[in-house]
Amino acid sequence: MNAYLKQLRDGILDNNPSLIQLLGMCPTLATTTKIENAVGMGLAATAVLICSNLFISLLRKFIPKQVRIAAYIVIISGFVTAVELLMRAYFYSLYQALGLFIPLIVVNCIILARAEAFASKNPPLPSVVDGVAMGLGFTFALCLVATVRELLGSGTLLGYAVLPASYPEMTVFVLPAGAFLTLGLIIAVVQKIRYTAEDRIRHKQIEAHRRAVAKITPPAVSQEQKEEKEGAQV
Amino acid sequence: MSFGQVLSLMFTAILVENFIFSKFYGCCPFLGVSDKPDTALGMGMAVTFVMTVSGMVTWAVYEYLLEPFGLEYLKTVAFILVIAALVQFIEMFLRKFIPTLYSALGIYLPLITTNCAVLSSALLIVQNDYDLLGAAVFGFSAALGFTLAITVFAGVRARLRIANPPRAFKGFPLTLITAGLLAMAFSCFSGIKL
Repeated sequence: MNAYLKQLRDGILDNNPSLIQLLGMCPTLATTTKIENAVGMGLAATAVLICSNLFISLLRKFIPKQVRIAAYIVIISGFVTAVELLMRAYFYSLYQALGLFIPLIVVNCIILARAEAFASKNPPLPSVVDGVAMGLGFTFALCLVATVRELLGSGTLLGYAVLPASYPEMTVFVLPAGAFLTLGLIIAVVQKIRYTAEDRIRHKQIEAHRRAVAKITPPAVSQEQKEEKEGAQV
Repeated sequence: MSFGQVLSLMFTAILVENFIFSKFYGCCPFLGVSDKPDTALGMGMAVTFVMTVSGMVTWAVYEYLLEPFGLEYLKTVAFILVIAALVQFIEMFLRKFIPTLYSALGIYLPLITTNCAVLSSALLIVQNDYDLLGAAVFGFSAALGFTLAITVFAGVRARLRIANPPRAFKGFPLTLITAGLLAMAFSCFSGIKL
């Protein structure tokens, strides 16, 4: 159970496919003008990812190594077509808003990357969990970008006006340029958080090392004196 | 399709509806393979070559295979297979008959199968009901727009390499923000109709 929770955490935060692994940039940039579209896109990709991971994992012993990429693409495109038809039947407005990006899930690098890196080497259940984790991570990243863009670009959240009417809408955030800028700034924040965390861990290690060294060396001889002695010996 | 229509289609596909800066098709290679201007140009040329050919082939597949049998809903599956096979075939053909071109474009060809620009141009051609000439012209000029974008961008990035940004902005964020500024420049073409 703990392993699955760790997988979930890995996909959503530590190893987020969009924000950390930087995969699947096209939908992250294109379908994030509104939170609604972002959620729709994220869940559609998640559905495809879970199904394709499950099937590729089930078939992993039968797919010959040489043609595996082609086989993965056929499996993925089959599920994408199914999702596309389902969305056209039940969520027509969302289907129209996302446009070509639903069939383009086929060439989304996240799905192929998980098939190659995880599902082709692991049994079905962990593969499904991996699909859920990575899909939710992707959805989370999309929502993050979409929240910023929708709030700044049109002053709304999920279609409800949040900011006062006097707020000047910054249309640039709805335009393509805003997508690049927003994602760039969000990834900069993510990198800042990562670097800070890494620095803290490194500081802790240095601190622990120093303490260990101080315990071993007798207090009478200070670090500098010891170094001098070593230098004299050399 | 008259000459005027061809010209307006080309202008729209290259500048007004630029694949990268207004549609976001093909962002992965755009952000990934734009380190150096010459590799960017190589990638752009490879994409142009594949997209022109695949535009015509997928058009023919749709018109003569899928539509007569009422299998339009299979177009995504069919197109991605056709593109994958075509890329493989072009690679073999170039290696055998035009080795100089192969040595220039060879390493980029395998990457193109999963380039969403190629698949989306095939889907757009079908969606907009172009004829064979239209399909070829659209594929060619959309790819030309991609090449323009990636080459210009690689030029800017080559300059940025000597810049010294804050640590958090190093790498991908700076790349994205540069792309944002370029997209702003390109947005001045939006809304132009010919």
